[in-house]
Amino acid sequence: MDLLRVFGEVQPLLTKGLWITVEVTVLSLMLALVIGLISCFLALSKRAPLRWISKVYVGLVRGTPLLVQVFYIYFAIPQLLQLMGFDLRFTPFIAGLITLTLNAGAYLSEIFRGAINAVNPGQMEAARSLGLSHAQAMKKVVLPQAFRICLPSLVNQFIITLKDSSLISVIGLADIMYQAKIYVGRSMEAFATYTWVAIYYFVIISILTQVAKYVERKVSS
Amino acid sequence: MMNPQIKIEDLHKCFGELKVLKGINLEIEKGQVVCVIGPSGSGKSTLLRCINRLEEPTNGKIIVDDIEITDPKNDLNKTRRHIGMVFQQFNLFPHLTAKQNIMMAPLELRLKNKADASRKAEELLERVGLREKADAMPRQLSGGEQQRVAIARALAMEPDIMLFDEPTSALDPEMVGEVLAVMKELASMGMTMVVVTHEMGFAKDVADRVLFMDEGIIMEEAAPAEMFSNPRNPRTAEFLKKVLNP
Repeated sequence: MDLLRVFGEVQPLLTKGLWITVEVTVLSLMLALVIGLISCFLALSKRAPLRWISKVYVGLVRGTPLLVQVFYIYFAIPQLLQLMGFDLRFTPFIAGLITLTLNAGAYLSEIFRGAINAVNPGQMEAARSLGLSHAQAMKKVVLPQAFRICLPSLVNQFIITLKDSSLISVIGLADIMYQAKIYVGRSMEAFATYTWVAIYYFVIISILTQVAKYVERKVSS
Repeated sequence: MMNPQIKIEDLHKCFGELKVLKGINLEIEKGQVVCVIGPSGSGKSTLLRCINRLEEPTNGKIIVDDIEITDPKNDLNKTRRHIGMVFQQFNLFPHLTAKQNIMMAPLELRLKNKADASRKAEELLERVGLREKADAMPRQLSGGEQQRVAIARALAMEPDIMLFDEPTSALDPEMVGEVLAVMKELASMGMTMVVVTHEMGFAKDVADRVLFMDEGIIMEEAAPAEMFSNPRNPRTAEFLKKVLNP
């Protein structure tokens, strides 16, 4: 029950786990931004089959729990590949990265789509009336405004993904949560350990929130 | 004889089942100012928006400067450079300053280098009386100022036709005059203008021709003096009575 004593023992483990958490979160968010943008443009396409690709992708991700998605990528897909004659296994890190990327990508796709739709259609018309192509009008007029609109939701998704990454510990990714479980299993210090885990997450997210507030002020002024 | 600058033949536009334009025929000569009046829902704005194809005509032909813009092979982006448009809601780009709003299209389309675009923007701001507002963001400007910047933005493309879609309808009454003054000056310099408006005074003073539209067709067309003093069509007479003596 001694918080400070436990901290001395658990701190190196949690810090080691923290780097894994940050690494998997940052990498997956960077990839998710790309996937989210692509899916968003598919969703806004004039061609119905392209819109369907995005719809099915977003629907599957939204319609299933993240935990099921992790198990699916880590256990189910490799077995399927094995039956098809490929011997491919993911490390927990790669499986976690894929899961978080696909998961965040779907939500970001919806966030981007909502933001682009929220830009007044008169903006696109004004740009087109000056002779800009659709792509030029998107680039110079619609997307800069959509970016400002989606910034708060974007930050929110970053925070959600950071927290969701703790679920990846169930397949053995050695993140903060995993390290904590190992330590508790050994020492039985559940209260102190998980208190420190909560504080770790809370501090990172608070820092992230402050940075986001600063960026938001910067772009809206 | 020179061809008319804008020629519209049997223009139809439907939104689903709703027929908004039911066969418009219209010729506008270079330098003419044509005001389009009529009750709301009569298709005035739709007609205007068909001229630069912000609306896709369902049927019919539109020829601007001898180019058939309803031809699918026509490069619409090029055509639109010559046709300026001013919107009821101004539609300034809120993330850009007044001057950047004016410079954006000429720069993005590589028609001018930065120095020339900047010089031109300052000249246009001067012309609409907003030289000191060059660095203001749109939200810091009054409605009338925003609309004058919007006119300057359209002029930056050096168009030979200007379309105005109810340019003063969203303005507070005390700001209507400053926008109309800019439009008057433009007309006096020989710009071809098509103006959808509820400003009967402007139509009387500035227009060469007035069109009265109702139910998707041009019901009557005349010189302003004649239209306002002696409307032939009973629908026109009824409409004018309502708007002139409310």
